[in-house]
Amino acid sequence: MQQLGMGQAVNQALREEMMRDPGVFVAGEGVGVSIMDNPMLPTAGLLRDFGAARVKDTPVSEAAIAGLAVGAAAAGLRPVVEIMFNPFFTLASDMIVNHAAKLRYLSGGKSSFPLVVRIKSGAGFGAGSQHSHNLEAWLAHCPGLKVVMPSTPADAKGLLKSAIRDENPVVFIEDMTLYFAPGPVPDGEYLTPIGKADVKRQGETVTVVTWSKMLGVALKAADRLSQEGVELEVVDLRTLAPLDKETVLSSVRKTGRLVVLHEATRTGGFAGEVSAVVMEEAFSCLKAPLRRVTGPDIPVPASPPLERFYIPDEEKLIAAIKEIL
Amino acid sequence: MHVSKEKKVEMLRTMLLSRRFEESLTELCKIQGKIPGMMILGTGQEAVGAGVCAALGPDDVIITNHRSHHHLLSRGAEPRGLMAEIYGKRTGCNKGKSGTLHLAVPEVNALCTTTVVGAGLPIAVGVAFAQQYRKESTATVCLFGDGAADEGSFHEALNLASLWRLPVLFICENNHYAGAQRYEEHTRVKDIAGRAVAYAMAGEVVDGNDALAVYAAVANARGLAVAGGGPTLIECKTYRWRGHGESDRQQYQPKDEIAAWRQKCPIPKLRDDMLAQGLVTPPQIQQMEAKIHEIVQDAVRFAEDSPYPRPEEALEDVFVH
Repeated sequence: MQQLGMGQAVNQALREEMMRDPGVFVAGEGVGVSIMDNPMLPTAGLLRDFGAARVKDTPVSEAAIAGLAVGAAAAGLRPVVEIMFNPFFTLASDMIVNHAAKLRYLSGGKSSFPLVVRIKSGAGFGAGSQHSHNLEAWLAHCPGLKVVMPSTPADAKGLLKSAIRDENPVVFIEDMTLYFAPGPVPDGEYLTPIGKADVKRQGETVTVVTWSKMLGVALKAADRLSQEGVELEVVDLRTLAPLDKETVLSSVRKTGRLVVLHEATRTGGFAGEVSAVVMEEAFSCLKAPLRRVTGPDIPVPASPPLERFYIPDEEKLIAAIKEIL
Repeated sequence: MHVSKEKKVEMLRTMLLSRRFEESLTELCKIQGKIPGMMILGTGQEAVGAGVCAALGPDDVIITNHRSHHHLLSRGAEPRGLMAEIYGKRTGCNKGKSGTLHLAVPEVNALCTTTVVGAGLPIAVGVAFAQQYRKESTATVCLFGDGAADEGSFHEALNLASLWRLPVLFICENNHYAGAQRYEEHTRVKDIAGRAVAYAMAGEVVDGNDALAVYAAVANARGLAVAGGGPTLIECKTYRWRGHGESDRQQYQPKDEIAAWRQKCPIPKLRDDMLAQGLVTPPQIQQMEAKIHEIVQDAVRFAEDSPYPRPEEALEDVFVH
């Protein structure tokens, strides 16, 4: 099996789908010629191999980039556009939230908008809050959008291929630290279904629900706790919207304990939604109060010790787990 | 530019239809409980919809805004479907999901109506990109008001369309009011079309109450666009006879200003020209008006007789399954 970083896996998905469907094109800031000349990045080499007609470098115009996707999708193409950093999504948000997400409904089901908005996200680069603010909960709050946030290169490839073939708008959020962490990716063609969580580690004691980069934190904590006889079941949501309630609920019904872990800030974070679903539908199975482990309610700071404090780690997760054992 | 008799008749007919349709709405929306939501009308601005749509081919696309009825009727949307949608009925063109403000009629390539001011422009850029990508000989038209030219999306869209030479026509229907703000109160720029210079594209001001002038400008710009010459910004100067919506008492619009613009009504302008040239006779016009009256009455009857959607139909049409 090949070993790829998530950026390379995304790159492979883009290439395969561009070869499969001439209606697929890629657009965004630096998707062709980039200030980051690194083969681990998702759009590396696409311009060379697919040409300027299908790999469109755009001006610094996030609303126009997202509008390009909405209009081109309405007209029958399959755009894959990139928003360089998650906080810049706010500049594109009208097109995504008010248009990509709503226009099919407003047409009474006559139109469809098969587009993908790839967003690079995550703290850990010392870039500070205007480059490193995870906003997946905002997006998951908008009916009409599918929100995907993979944690492994293999999932990223299969999910992106599914996203490109999906008839609905999909927001695909990639944590940039994962670009540089190689993992196994199956050879050949495969699709990973959107809306299906994945149990990344089975265990009996506590369910940890997480996604994206925090999967690594959960798995490390699971290794350590296993030595103490505490077996974590780690559920990787992979897709936030639509939420795979069944996988979450069946795990909680088995373990009776839940911790939800995400990097994004706490208040209004998606852990609240996961927790509410469990309280509504599996309350009687809970042996202890659930816990959320999240970033604190602050903008992401720049200085290394401050940023490390912001990003949840194994220590914080293990502490939360021990509170409910 | 020579304009054929058929085109002139088409424009006159669509202006009369739009006028009758909206005059009916003015009356109907006064009746408590009949029509939900806002009622935003383009009465007096019909030459823009008529002139623009007469210059387009069937595969061209239009993207319009909250003041859309005359655009959509001129584009050939079914009055029954529009009226039923405005009533919130299940038989509406969008099954009651859009109401008067977001009417989408993809059957006639009116792909989207957006009420977010200025938001149509980036979407039109995307549609035009698809047309260019597929090497079609088609163009996209985006209709927006003068207020939209103050939005960031206007500038992003014009810049990108110009950069990529996209086949898109940006048509500013300058009715001199953005909400309660007079044109002079929201920008110091004399002509919005002048902003075309900033994006290295063609720009033109036309009399927005002259359907033939609008038609000629759009036909030329469309020719340029499909030949690969890039976008054009056309500003149609017209006037908002009604308030922003029908509940607006227009206290900020001088009465003599409204009266003066009513004198410049686009319908007699074209009609009298056609009569003078012998292209139509007074009885033919009466016949046309009677037919249109019947079409609008039929649309209203259809809307009134149609059922509302079942409440749980609200859950449908979010996603393609």
